[in-house]
Amino acid sequence: MTAEQIIFYLTAALILVSALMVVTTRNLIHAALWLVSTLFGVAVLYATLDASFLAVVQVVVYIGAIAIMFIFAVMLTRRDLLDKVPQTNTSWPWAAAASALMAGGLLFAGSQLNAFGAARPALSGDALQGLSLALVSADGFVLPFEVASILLLAAMVGAVYLAYKK
Amino acid sequence: MLPLAAYLSLSALLFSLGLYGALARKNAIAILLGVELMLNAVNINLVSFWRYGNTALMAGQVFAIIVFAVAASEVAVGLALVINIYRRRSSINADEIDLMKW
Repeated sequence: MTAEQIIFYLTAALILVSALMVVTTRNLIHAALWLVSTLFGVAVLYATLDASFLAVVQVVVYIGAIAIMFIFAVMLTRRDLLDKVPQTNTSWPWAAAASALMAGGLLFAGSQLNAFGAARPALSGDALQGLSLALVSADGFVLPFEVASILLLAAMVGAVYLAYKK
Repeated sequence: MLPLAAYLSLSALLFSLGLYGALARKNAIAILLGVELMLNAVNINLVSFWRYGNTALMAGQVFAIIVFAVAASEVAVGLALVINIYRRRSSINADEIDLMKW
């Protein structure tokens, strides 16, 4: 096994184990901390996929902002978390069956792809520079990028309005 | 070298775990945690397809960045809703939140 494979399998195990803990842990603070571990594993995957900018954004935005926001929300709604109540609803076996079916279906659909066993091509040029040019050039993706920023602004205003104590 | 299959299989499994979390959990915040797992699985897919395709075309990474923005807005609005509901009803059990107005 090459170093790349060892890193991938360790990261994949970290991601899947922590994701399993996120969906099964009783204590929601622990679930949010397991989410941080999952997100960090995904950031490592981005780094191995030569998407360095996304790896940094994953750490800054997802771990630094989103996961912390989850922890705040859990702490603000703490009294509802009675540890004796079951944490899953009554139809959880159906949910488990549906997700198992989804996993099987996705794996099957993926294995039908021509590119499924494809090897990794060499990088063409500087990927980071290519991404930054694509984000700001008019024949690239400047319009969707600006629309995303307006979406973020609207969501922020909406969140402040909703959570504001009247 | 790892084939594309490794990344696709990992993201399929991660997506299914997130789907289970979103469908089975009672707590509204835990449902949002499941949605986050699903969005991350989608992002792994997008970036790995970019890396194993033509890396001069940046659509895969740009799409992943837009998914980041959508995920951040979704969590901000979702958690604000959860906190608002908790203030009014002292409960964030998703089974009990079944009325628009009462």
